Amino acid sequence: MDFMVFQYPMITVQACLDGILLGILFALIAYGMALQWGVMNIINIAQGDLVILGGYIAYFMYLYGIHPAWGVIVSPFIMYFVGVGIYKLVINKVVDRDLFISILATFGISILFMQLMNFAFGADVVLANSGYGTTFLFDNAVVLPNSKIFSAFISIIFAICLVIYMKKSKLGRAIRATAQNARAAKILGVDTEKVYAATFGINAALCGVAGALISITFTIHPYMGLPYTIRSFMIVIVAGLGNLPGVAMSGMGLGVFEEFADYLLGTEFRIGSVFLLLVLILVYRRFKLSRKREYLK
Amino acid sequence: MNKNIALYAAILIFGLAAPFVFPAFKVQLSILCILIVLATTWNIQGGEMGYNTFGNILFYGLGMYLCASVQVGMFFPLAEWTESGGEKTFVHTPAQFFQGMAAGLVVAAVVPTIVAGLIGYAILGLRGHYFAICTLGLGVAAGEISGGIEIIGAGQGFTTPPFPNIGSLEARGEFFYFLSFGVLILTFLAVRAIYSTRFKLILNAIRDNEDKAEAMGIETMKYKIIGWMVSAFFCGLAGGIMGGLVGYIDSTDVAFDGREMGVFMVLMAILGGKGTLWGPVIGATLFHIFKEGFWTFFLGWQYVALGVLIVVIVIYFPEGLMGWLREKYPERFGEVVDEADRKAQVELK
Repeated sequence: MDFMVFQYPMITVQACLDGILLGILFALIAYGMALQWGVMNIINIAQGDLVILGGYIAYFMYLYGIHPAWGVIVSPFIMYFVGVGIYKLVINKVVDRDLFISILATFGISILFMQLMNFAFGADVVLANSGYGTTFLFDNAVVLPNSKIFSAFISIIFAICLVIYMKKSKLGRAIRATAQNARAAKILGVDTEKVYAATFGINAALCGVAGALISITFTIHPYMGLPYTIRSFMIVIVAGLGNLPGVAMSGMGLGVFEEFADYLLGTEFRIGSVFLLLVLILVYRRFKLSRKREYLK
Repeated sequence: MNKNIALYAAILIFGLAAPFVFPAFKVQLSILCILIVLATTWNIQGGEMGYNTFGNILFYGLGMYLCASVQVGMFFPLAEWTESGGEKTFVHTPAQFFQGMAAGLVVAAVVPTIVAGLIGYAILGLRGHYFAICTLGLGVAAGEISGGIEIIGAGQGFTTPPFPNIGSLEARGEFFYFLSFGVLILTFLAVRAIYSTRFKLILNAIRDNEDKAEAMGIETMKYKIIGWMVSAFFCGLAGGIMGGLVGYIDSTDVAFDGREMGVFMVLMAILGGKGTLWGPVIGATLFHIFKEGFWTFFLGWQYVALGVLIVVIVIYFPEGLMGWLREKYPERFGEVVDEADRKAQVELK
């Protein structure tokens, strides 16, 4: 396969466009990850499972005859409350503790969600058909499903809305204050407990949006969550916390990388290459920092 | 000391007699031995060294594939074996089976150790949650990649050589039980010996404050790598035996099963109490009993139970059984308790 990329330049264009549209979705999930990591200092392994759950909400609307694109509105609403529920039950007990505790606890949530979704929705790979048709570019050499363009567009809108909300609203200010210094925020009258719950809820809602879009453009399956977690983790560590343009750029970069890995190595190595890339990035960062006798913190 | 010898003798006698006393549970007991080995070796990283790894599953899976590949590849063409997918085109004679198993176990122990040494320098430079996530990625990547390699069966799996017919029907279970029990004894004695040397103190120093340990002149990286190699050695052995025991290797569901075995070893060590010699052993035993009970009576809900169990243990029981006992009876653990201090604390409460 590998010569194809060079022999037919249109495949390169196709892979790049596909990758960028996919990467915008990844960036949306990674934004939620960065938010909770920055504010609450937890790493949520169940992030990907929240995405898949959001996808199933849209898929169910599709099954009952509602157009799945409405899932973009409905799914974040439901997911917000799911997120707050998870926070109240589990996350509030791990916020102040060691990061590994949060990793392990959310790993447990992830396994739980995976299996519950498997019971509720079955182990089939499903897809909510949006019926949006496809766009042909460059004399039909590049094929783009309209649903992908739609999902990238919606993700950008949601990201912009959230950025404005975080800048302007009272809750947004409280969240940013808590992220800077939780103790000081508490002294100045911010109810940090509420802020944490809201942050986790917003994160889950973002996952809901992303999941609804993924169910339209790609496929969903109960066990497909972990790669999304790893992708968003990777995007966040490449971009750094609180660097939004960086998150968007590295999301798109990851999308393009994945499409090329798909073409060059074959689909069976796609997920493996994502995980391997994570290892390589971390090792690269470690060697770069160790020259200054520092380490990743 | 005398009490300890009596305890060890009792366990040894129980271990040797178990397959004949409980013949129906031979496979379960073998799996228990493997689980204890995995939990004990995880404890070297997670408990003593403070490096919470999800990556020991890598060595376990590697050992499993290597042992089976060597066992088949020594006598038959490997590619044709995996292609036939367990059809009995080739049959091992008993001598071939045992020779292959022995050679396979040697390879399964040695190669992961070398791999741990090679990647250790790169990976162990990471700390805290970066290390945890990186090793998690490593385990999953290994599973995904091995699921794409044709010669070891790719997605359809790898059937390990069936146990040869040597007369007795019970022979298979007994063979694998004594093999895994032997590895358990070996692991326990090795780890116990390690924990009585300066090496353990160095690992604890790394856990408590790595920068300070380095400033004291300890080459922390060297000891971290050695610690990981010890784990890899026994994980590889455990994997090799488990491959033969299960009889079938799937890349993501049996070998590099980060979602099950990879989490089990962490959970068992935490349940028993990490950072202690006996904690992982007790944790693994309790966990296995709980798991088998649940798996049998609530079939289908096991992962739900597992998820809830992880959350509950991690949140409410992070010190584990040994940690709880230690807090309750500190004198038994050789800690000096100041009576006046304790009284003052009680009054404060």
